[in-house]
Amino acid sequence: MPTNESTEDAPRTPPPASAEEPSANGRPDASERPDTESSAAGGEAPTEPAMKPKLNINDLHFWYGDNHALQGITMDIQPHKVTALIGPSGCGKSTLLRCLNRMNELIQGTTLEGTILVDGQDIYAENTDPVMVRRRVGMVFQKPNPFPKTIYKNVAWGAEINGYTGDIDALVERSLRQAALWDEVKDRLHTNALDLSGGQQQRLCIARTLAVQPDVVLMDEPASALDPIATSKVEETITELKKDYTIVIVTHNMQQASRISDETAFLYMGRLIEMNPTDQLFTRPEKDRTEAYVTGRFG
Amino acid sequence: MEPSSNGSFNLRRMRRKRVGLILAGVLFLATIFGIVVLVTLLVDVVLTSVPWLDGQFLGSLPSRNPGEAGIQSALVGSLWLMGLTALISVPLGVASALYLEEYAQDGWFLRLIQVNIANLAGVPSVVYGILGLALFVRFAALGNSLLSGALTLSLLILPIIIISTQEALRSIPSGIRESAYALGATRWQVIYSHVLPMAAPGIMTGVILALSRAIGETAPLILVGALTFVPFVPQGALDQFTALPIQIFNWTARPQDEFRGLAAAAIVVLMILLFTMNLTAILLRNYFEERRAGA
Repeated sequence: MPTNESTEDAPRTPPPASAEEPSANGRPDASERPDTESSAAGGEAPTEPAMKPKLNINDLHFWYGDNHALQGITMDIQPHKVTALIGPSGCGKSTLLRCLNRMNELIQGTTLEGTILVDGQDIYAENTDPVMVRRRVGMVFQKPNPFPKTIYKNVAWGAEINGYTGDIDALVERSLRQAALWDEVKDRLHTNALDLSGGQQQRLCIARTLAVQPDVVLMDEPASALDPIATSKVEETITELKKDYTIVIVTHNMQQASRISDETAFLYMGRLIEMNPTDQLFTRPEKDRTEAYVTGRFG
Repeated sequence: MEPSSNGSFNLRRMRRKRVGLILAGVLFLATIFGIVVLVTLLVDVVLTSVPWLDGQFLGSLPSRNPGEAGIQSALVGSLWLMGLTALISVPLGVASALYLEEYAQDGWFLRLIQVNIANLAGVPSVVYGILGLALFVRFAALGNSLLSGALTLSLLILPIIIISTQEALRSIPSGIRESAYALGATRWQVIYSHVLPMAAPGIMTGVILALSRAIGETAPLILVGALTFVPFVPQGALDQFTALPIQIFNWTARPQDEFRGLAAAAIVVLMILLFTMNLTAILLRNYFEERRAGA
């Protein structure tokens, strides 16, 4: 089996992985982005960054009213990796994702216990402003939901409200290029974003998220509303992005998880069943339930 | 053509067809009834008003002599009332709706307020007149001024504005709010940049419909002491006043036939005013929708 498994996975992963790895490993992870440096200095003593997790979730419980949706999740999410959250509907993966940038507290009647650290800082600490959390931990939603404004405005707005002092035009271009949308829209920046196709709208939403220069990008089934061609474009974009960002993605699509993610976490009934490097989780899962799920025997 | 019958069905095709036709006819008559009555009324009013509708009618003050009487003071009074009422009720109503929809925590208190607002929208206008008389005319000592009238009308239409604004706010897809929050926006930034502009057409429509109701109100204005004979044009918010519905009411109560023509002419003016307001609502809505689509 071990030999089989490596050849099985080989055709899927290599193009992005081999292209990305040299550059990602060339420099120490944490010093790549100035944000990380400063927060490390503020939060903890600067350590050797090699394996320091970007996000650290510790015994996280979450309730919608009386519904205990997350029951003690503990996991670490590594910087500059794509982490996929998989599991059957209602297992809590979207809830977990939305805890990571405090989106859930916009819903009334919810309760959260436990801690989530981003670069060692507790994002649920009393003196932490949720607005600042969301600026550092951006989010792309399931349904493409651009603002009913121009393409340009969609990208520029987030930067403007956060007091961006640089050149907005350059930022818009850079963000659109990062989201692999620039070439398709550069001549129509000032037309309505709602005229774009669904796949373009979703990449615009990614560009919009990148424009506020977050550290972490959360994606909630970003390709589930898209056709296969648009999906593959969004997937390429995601693979491209992990150079600069830490990405956590919720997906129902296990092929997608195995194509784009480095680590995969399997959730079931509000608990983390297993978290491992993606190729291992899909080929040599530790738990029977994980195996049953990834092989399609339930869920 | 006759479908084969195997005995288990009694198709009664003709009878069912006939019932369908009769029903269609009844529904058509019901529709036509309302339209015929309205058109008759309109034609009658317009025909009666024609001899009286001229520049002299619009530009003259009321008079005991029908030939010299005009609606200038009533028209100006109504315009003042509308302006003041809009100035008072729109900010209050939109602010209340924003608070209730975007800020207030769900709970029994919020629900109590909601139920009360819905009930207040159904309170007879004369009751608001009594409240206005006690609160603004007497207690606040504003007298029987335009301001008292406008404040009373504002109370009357506030529930309508609040409810229609809340509906406009609720119709905004939650994805817009969430994605704006996810970019690190504060609540006010989300409201100001996305929620309000997107809700604007709905809010406008609600506001203008509410004002259309206010412009036709008579009872509350009589209670707060609008005058029936105002031989002057109001110059400020604290002046005494009359308004179009009151002028109409006054003229129809007079014995001479000529005054009936004057009343008809005033009705036509009031309707043109109403029509203009509704047209403005539509144009504004289209403008905002176009702007939303274009930029």
